[in-house]
Amino acid sequence: MTTYLPSLAGGMLLGLSAVVLFVANGRIAGISGIFGRLLAGHNMATNIAFVIGLIAGPFLYAAVYGKLPSMVILASWPVVIVAGLFVGIGTRLGSGCTSGHGIMGLARFSTRSLVATLTFLAAGMITATAAGVFR
Amino acid sequence: MNGLLFARLSVALVAGAMFGFGLSLSGMVDPARVIGFLDVGSGHWDPSLMFVLGGAVAVAIPGVLLAHRLSKPVFDDRFHLPTKAAIDRRLIAGSAIFGIGWGLAGFCPGPALSAVATGQPVVLLFVFAMTSGMMLHDRVFVLLTPFTGEKR
Repeated sequence: MTTYLPSLAGGMLLGLSAVVLFVANGRIAGISGIFGRLLAGHNMATNIAFVIGLIAGPFLYAAVYGKLPSMVILASWPVVIVAGLFVGIGTRLGSGCTSGHGIMGLARFSTRSLVATLTFLAAGMITATAAGVFR
Repeated sequence: MNGLLFARLSVALVAGAMFGFGLSLSGMVDPARVIGFLDVGSGHWDPSLMFVLGGAVAVAIPGVLLAHRLSKPVFDDRFHLPTKAAIDRRLIAGSAIFGIGWGLAGFCPGPALSAVATGQPVVLLFVFAMTSGMMLHDRVFVLLTPFTGEKR
């Protein structure tokens, strides 16, 4: 039960961040979109500022809780490379990820984002569960 | 630098930091936690990360409703909304490919970028692969299809 409250509170912060970005800057908080546009050279300054903030997040967490958040990768390096390529290609092809489709898309009642979210949740669960058989 | 651009930059920095803090607090930044959520057959399934999405959407909905009452955002002249509405093969195939990658390593784009803070080489490897995948799509794959449709 102790993991539910931080997860809920952390999630609410993600929602608040998305609202701030939308109301103030008129931008959707979609990380694959922000990072993708940064790579493509669009709105460089604001997108770089967001990513700097994103990387500063764990340090702010450490300032409050005294240590960096737990971060353990179970996958081997070759699997990590394949996973990274799939995440990169898939989020650009599908125009969004867990934040853009999952948070802002659902909050905007977008059917397209609902379909995307259900699709990547199902694909993620099937993949992780199948991979779990070999762990 | 004009005042509006400075305001937008400050907002982006603060929103990014809030997002990164939220990812750390929620456990989303930890691939082991994410795999524990996605692996429903492990016998010790951890559903807590569903509260991350639930909490985020619950806060974002009233924010979006508030934004609907504004003619334009505070520091920009218009809302930059996605223009695509079609539920097509690109959306389904892309989301499925993303989901497979997510399920393999437990990283999606936000947590992966945020986890660069931990300085672990394997995170940099993932981010390098993800960046390569994005550029492969944006610079190569889109040339092979007649419709790119990327919005700014």
